[in-house]
Amino acid sequence: MAAEYPTHAGLSSTRHATAVEMIGVHKWYGDFHALNNINLEVKRGERIVICGPSGSGKSTLLRCINRLEEHQRGRIFVDGVEVNADLQHIDEVRREVGMVFQQFNLFPHLTVLENCTLAPIWVRHMPKKAAEALAMRFLERVRIPEQANKYPGQLSGGQQQRVAIARALCMNPKVMLFDEPTSALDPEMVKEVLDTMVELARDGMTMIVVSHEMGFAREVANRMVFMDEGQIVEINAPEPFFAHPQHERTRLFLRQILH
Amino acid sequence: MSDVATGAFVSPKLLPPLPSPGRLKRWRIIATWRDVVLTALSLYLIWTLGWPALKFLFLDAVWTGSSRADCLAETAGHPVGACWPFIAAKFPQFVYGFYPESERWRADLTFFLGGMLLLPLLIPRTPFKIANALLFFVAFPVVAYFLLIGGSFGLHYVETRSWGGLLVTLVVAVTGIVTSLPLGILLALARRSELPLLRTGAVIFIEFWRGVPLVAVLFFATFMLPLFLPPGWEIDAMLRVLVGISIFAAAYIAEVIRGGLQAVPRAQYEGAKALGLGYWGAMGLVVLPQALRVSIPGIVNIFIGLFKDTTLVLTVAIFDLLGQLRAAFADPNWSSPSTLFTGFAFAGLIYFVFCFGMSRYSLFLERRLHRDRD
Repeated sequence: MAAEYPTHAGLSSTRHATAVEMIGVHKWYGDFHALNNINLEVKRGERIVICGPSGSGKSTLLRCINRLEEHQRGRIFVDGVEVNADLQHIDEVRREVGMVFQQFNLFPHLTVLENCTLAPIWVRHMPKKAAEALAMRFLERVRIPEQANKYPGQLSGGQQQRVAIARALCMNPKVMLFDEPTSALDPEMVKEVLDTMVELARDGMTMIVVSHEMGFAREVANRMVFMDEGQIVEINAPEPFFAHPQHERTRLFLRQILH
Repeated sequence: MSDVATGAFVSPKLLPPLPSPGRLKRWRIIATWRDVVLTALSLYLIWTLGWPALKFLFLDAVWTGSSRADCLAETAGHPVGACWPFIAAKFPQFVYGFYPESERWRADLTFFLGGMLLLPLLIPRTPFKIANALLFFVAFPVVAYFLLIGGSFGLHYVETRSWGGLLVTLVVAVTGIVTSLPLGILLALARRSELPLLRTGAVIFIEFWRGVPLVAVLFFATFMLPLFLPPGWEIDAMLRVLVGISIFAAAYIAEVIRGGLQAVPRAQYEGAKALGLGYWGAMGLVVLPQALRVSIPGIVNIFIGLFKDTTLVLTVAIFDLLGQLRAAFADPNWSSPSTLFTGFAFAGLIYFVFCFGMSRYSLFLERRLHRDRD
């Protein structure tokens, strides 16, 4: 694949070498301790894959980064901006952090193109024509420019998820969060979405991915994070993580999912 | 080769798709004995209800005349149905009420402007939608106000007490519809707000207005409110009624829209937030368009109810279409056995045209907005 696609590392202003930093983060849902002392530093350009059993707090961790959930203790920084109750900070962080959801969360009443141009026009105040050109560039990049004028409901799951990725990329984010992006897809469509994500990783995007796609993790991750019961149990590079998991809980989990 | 696979099976080749046999067409009028019975029953009903109506409205109707005498069976020489000359003679009163005759062009102009601005707004694909909407929702009410009330720009002052007929019905209905929708949206959003004070306020407001009858609201606005106002303060009677009806309708609209808002998954709001949209952006661009779309049947239902409820202004001495009709019944010059029926048939027709129009338009709108669901 030729490299005339826009790359992200070059476009973003390099203010901080650390893209995301979480220091002693705690979160409770009622009495349930959902995140327990999370410490994680993600460098610019780094790709982190988070795995763990369901209910272990993976999604919650991700959603705290762009404040879809509030953490109650500890501090989170995104590109040097602290994520806290300050609404201006939240707006700033959300502009710089793209998110892809398990259920796509495309807007069904808007066409694919309108889905992609909505935020550039209303948040970045981009002229409509420029936003459409930008959106078409990213739709070409995820290889569905021909679907631009269809509604999300007319696309397959894989196509919808690629639109969701393009939609997030249109905001030129510094960090991309993926919350189980392939879990809701038919098996035949997983690969097209993973391929898109691999390309994105090759372009140097900072990515935090919650996923159980271990093939993908081996291919692109710089570090693997294993979580259980709201805690980070183990962090390691993919090679040693899969070959010699240190913690008993990690070994058990990997045995279960790798058969 | 058998198509039934027992044990191992490999399809020799994929079968081509065959054309559909099409939907079975059956003439359900006399297909079975049950259909025959139902058909016969329906025909009987149509006959017993339709024929007398047809006879009354057209066949036995009197079409020309100048007084009650023309609508009497003795003069006509046959049993008399509808007395249409009565409607023709009283038509200006039905439309304008007691609006001074020399000033009625102002009401006509208002009707004309409203119609000319509303029509392109209702038709999709007409250009300048935003300018059109601004003209209709912002400029037109101001123009209509000065045009109808007068008292400036060299126009004679016409007090609202002398307004009447269809003019009042339309002023009340259109004002109620146009103001209650945005008010209802804001109330619905407030009721779902995360701010406890705002939420509680909205709940109390909505439940209060839904808990009192409209007639009580109108009575209160007309007869009680002046007692509470400081002396020297006077709010026009029509204005008080308009405010009362708008708030009343807004409370109902709010509940319908709240239902619509609940039908939009939370994930939609989160998706919008994650893109950097603020509360109003996420609501206005993502959540509300979807919520309103599913609320259309309920909203139009309330609008139709509101249109017909305008006639309750009769109870506070404002004479809308039905009020003028009843005033006209009292005219001895037109008192005939069929006057009453003719008048009500006419009023029914007018109400039906407006309400049916709204109903059909909402169906059209729904179909149009659901294009993405095919």
